[in-house]
Amino acid sequence: MTRAGGWLLGIWSALAYGLLYAPVVVTVLFSFNAPRGRFNLIWQGFTLENWRHPLRDQALTDAFLTSLGLSLAAALLALLLGGLMALALSRARVRGGRSIELLLALPLTNPEIVVATALLNLFVGIDLPRGPLTLVLSHSLFCLSYAALTLKARLAGFDPTLELAAQDLGATPLAAFRRVTLPLLVPGLLAATLLCFSLSFDDYVISSFTAGETVILPLYLAGAFQREISPQIQVLSTLVLLVSVAALLLASPRKGRL
Amino acid sequence: MVDIQSGDTVARESPSSEADLLTEPATKNGTSAVHHRGGGSEVIGLRQVCRRFGESAAVEDLSLSIAAGEFFSLLGPSGCGKTTTLRLIAGFERPQAGRILLQGRDLTEAPPHRRPVNLVFQNYALFPHLSVWDNVAFGPRSQRLAEPEIRRRVGETLEVVRMSDLARRRPHQLSGGQQQRVALARALVNAPAALLLDEPLAALDPDLRRTMRSELKRIQREVGITFLLVTHDREEALSLSDRLAVLHQGRLEQVGSPRQLYDHPRSAVVASFLGAANLLPEGPGGRLRLLRPERLRLSANPPAAGERGLKARVRELAFQGATVEVRLCGADDLPLIAIDTHAALADDLSIGAELWCRWDPADTHLLEVPAP
Repeated sequence: MTRAGGWLLGIWSALAYGLLYAPVVVTVLFSFNAPRGRFNLIWQGFTLENWRHPLRDQALTDAFLTSLGLSLAAALLALLLGGLMALALSRARVRGGRSIELLLALPLTNPEIVVATALLNLFVGIDLPRGPLTLVLSHSLFCLSYAALTLKARLAGFDPTLELAAQDLGATPLAAFRRVTLPLLVPGLLAATLLCFSLSFDDYVISSFTAGETVILPLYLAGAFQREISPQIQVLSTLVLLVSVAALLLASPRKGRL
Repeated sequence: MVDIQSGDTVARESPSSEADLLTEPATKNGTSAVHHRGGGSEVIGLRQVCRRFGESAAVEDLSLSIAAGEFFSLLGPSGCGKTTTLRLIAGFERPQAGRILLQGRDLTEAPPHRRPVNLVFQNYALFPHLSVWDNVAFGPRSQRLAEPEIRRRVGETLEVVRMSDLARRRPHQLSGGQQQRVALARALVNAPAALLLDEPLAALDPDLRRTMRSELKRIQREVGITFLLVTHDREEALSLSDRLAVLHQGRLEQVGSPRQLYDHPRSAVVASFLGAANLLPEGPGGRLRLLRPERLRLSANPPAAGERGLKARVRELAFQGATVEVRLCGADDLPLIAIDTHAALADDLSIGAELWCRWDPADTHLLEVPAP
């Protein structure tokens, strides 16, 4: 590569990463701002006041905790169903397995708004009151494909003779699954959980159609931003950011490990 | 007709000289019968076992009897049914017909974890998330042995395969040969009635393969367990086995000691599978006479009294260090191969030269099964 080309590439990369991360940096920064008025948008001065009681805003905290519960439930449900689907698709000879795989990939490209209106139609049609239950159902539904496909990829790299070896060494089929298959699937399960959790945690479109009276974080924030931008929102965002960075570091493969 | 010159007047040996060297008589089903080595009790018994996949039979009417303490090999080209046989014994396949006896008990329908045999997989199948120690302890833990007993057994077995120093390592930190040793230890630690080995040396490079081959023999002598080895490598089978069976297209061709099978094969399939073979047509009826290339002498002179020979033209020469491999072509395009250690003659050899191939009739063997 020429010298000029190298410089250009450097500038281009800096610009791309700058644009990608600038809003995040601004959010973190403004969680330390001492705001004047209802909109925390102009830098006034540094303070730790916002961080002294990060969960001070009761309505915000409630929405946050509801979201946390919802996303955990949706992720676990999607993991259970998706995991079983992945096992069936990669192990057993399923009739029409190819079509099932195609149907699994379809929701990834399907616009959310289509799913959202369809779900609302369904829930109204079967007279299911919108609330926590419909939220969990709809979230686990759109997470299902991601969970199943992530775990299927993990199972594809799994040597099936390992389970046979375990049985040969005296383990029952169930014990072989518990002592060999499951531990080896842990990284895949972790990755799928993270993916499903974060997809569910920031979903707006489908939630707004299926939430009913239930207030979750994305819906609360969208409403709150009409009235005010409190530094507590930025504090919470920073906390969530820290958690997701930590999770990413934990889940990324390390040298010398599987 | 190929013109085989006879140096003496006796054109044909008495066939009775071979009769006692042939393997067992056929059973009522037409297969080679069960062959017991004198004394030892049967550890693995197959009785007319059949395993078909769809239309094609992987194993057809197979009967075998393997005695305690034997090093027994199943030899055959890929697709001959030898791996299926091993999986049938381990319990990963069920036969459509026939019985499988282990230590005298009929375990045809038993699942793998209830069988007193252990399999060493071709790719070793070591558990990547467990240390060497925990890999080896997997079997004893499945048996729910007491922890001190597990420690004693695992320690001893790692000693036998000389892997004690690396007990804390994970499989991916080991070389191929070390992984092989762990795979052996993981199976041996259970003190199985028989150890089943599926092409255990195939994944190793040639030098390591030779080392591990003698290690296998040493370990088998030390532990005294029956080894059933599946291989397509004839050198491996010949050098390791007490007895071996040649499988061909799912059927048993012949069972016997390595020397028996090499010197006195029943059929052309066995003869050529165990080594380079000259197959000379023997009169009408399509029978063949085996002459191993190392028994064939090349000479400028015709056969002496008591010898036989034929004229052939040199087609190919391959210098192999200690020996020279000479490929020749006799009358009627009969292919011949000689392995010569006489460097003096080799110097005079050149492609296209016409020579006498000479042999002692006592060094030949008339095959029981006619050419197909």
